[in-house]
Amino acid sequence: MIAKAALILEKDLRTELRAKDILTAMAYFSLLVLIIFNFAIDLREVSVDAVAPGILWVSFAFAGVLGLNRTFVREQERNAIEGLMLCPVDRSAIYLGKFIGNVLFMLIVEALTVPLFILLFNLSAVGFGLVPALMLGTIGFASIGTLFAALAVNTRTREVMLPVLLFPVLVPIVIAAVKATGFAIGTISPDLAIPWLNLMIVFDLVFVVVSYLIFGYVLEE
Amino acid sequence: MAIGQVARGDAEAAVRPPAIEVRGLRKEIGGRPILRGLDLLVQMGETVVIFGPNGAGKTTLLRILATLARPSGGLVRVAGANLAEVGPAIRRWIGILAHQTYLYDDLTAEENLRFYGRMFDVPDLDSRIETVLEQVGLRDRRHDRVRIFSRGMQQRLALARAILHRPRLLLLDEPESGLDPAAAAGLRSTLAAVEQPDRAVLLTSHSLDLGLELATRVVLLVAGQIVLDTPREAIDRATLERIYAGAVAGGRR
Repeated sequence: MIAKAALILEKDLRTELRAKDILTAMAYFSLLVLIIFNFAIDLREVSVDAVAPGILWVSFAFAGVLGLNRTFVREQERNAIEGLMLCPVDRSAIYLGKFIGNVLFMLIVEALTVPLFILLFNLSAVGFGLVPALMLGTIGFASIGTLFAALAVNTRTREVMLPVLLFPVLVPIVIAAVKATGFAIGTISPDLAIPWLNLMIVFDLVFVVVSYLIFGYVLEE
Repeated sequence: MAIGQVARGDAEAAVRPPAIEVRGLRKEIGGRPILRGLDLLVQMGETVVIFGPNGAGKTTLLRILATLARPSGGLVRVAGANLAEVGPAIRRWIGILAHQTYLYDDLTAEENLRFYGRMFDVPDLDSRIETVLEQVGLRDRRHDRVRIFSRGMQQRLALARAILHRPRLLLLDEPESGLDPAAAAGLRSTLAAVEQPDRAVLLTSHSLDLGLELATRVVLLVAGQIVLDTPREAIDRATLERIYAGAVAGGRR
């Protein structure tokens, strides 16, 4: 199971290295959102610390949806998703491979975006607390996002359908991620951040397990 | 033939399950019946060609046999295993060439085959890839990306993908579809070249010439029901054409 998921991941990474369309689109979109917010908000009048985590996660969420859509559109081009379904492995292996790929793509984009975010919003004290906030938020986002992207890819209006389905479900994880990111840039104390991190751990576990279990049915129906 | 040989042959036939056993198969999509109580038995070594008009249920039948869709009712066994109960391992038995190629445009021909070969745990993969590329005439194009392949080449590579893991049941869904006459002729000779006695082939087609050339048995499917099931040698093209036209006209009434 793990070996087959790794094969799917390897294939996705190899394809992305050739095509470069997913990472380019995600990074471009993410950076664009940050720049627009930077111009839209007057940093002399607004407390940057209060709005910056939200802005960061808006850029990640929209870029993430772009990436999720693209990974399944690629499988849809020659109906290769059915080729995967014909392989003699549990269809949850497809989920696992796709999910890890989506987490990796998002983390790469985040690694590119965060330095610019710090620069644009003049943030002096960004702590290591940012790492668990980003990791847990990204895992939660990609876990349920991978499931919903598989669900939406067969619909006629998949570009619209995915965010419409996904964002309401993601609200708790995005709020928790924003709060935990606030701790990393010093807007809330560690005591207040820990419950949010715990909440993300619980959500991640639930999302990953449920998505893993029902992915096969989603693909078939 | 000695009596002992006959007895041994009968005993082998008795223990070896049919490649396909379908009883009372029904499939409804959105409340509309697609397959209406289908019965079909395909033995190992047979090449059964299913003719039928668009919407007859040919593709649906193949998708159910390939485990891509679930039946609404009835029994489906592949190699004796009930598809409703068996795990994913049964898919090692099955290869399918569908309307779509299931290939990745940004990977080369060899990378596509290597990916699927590793997913199926094909033993001695390097030499197997070499063999199937040779069989479909794409050995010289192995390092080219699929994106630049013609439709005919893509279809041949898709056939290589379908037979890579040596499936005992090969499902071919209108393999000539979308090909020009020259490419269709090339595919026909490729299909003939990959025939094997220990394999059952179920092929759907609109081309009477292609179907009759490859078939050992001919089935006519109209409106989700089998209206003709006969050995190839028992029917000629003109008779088949007449029955086909009559059945389709009857189905429309």
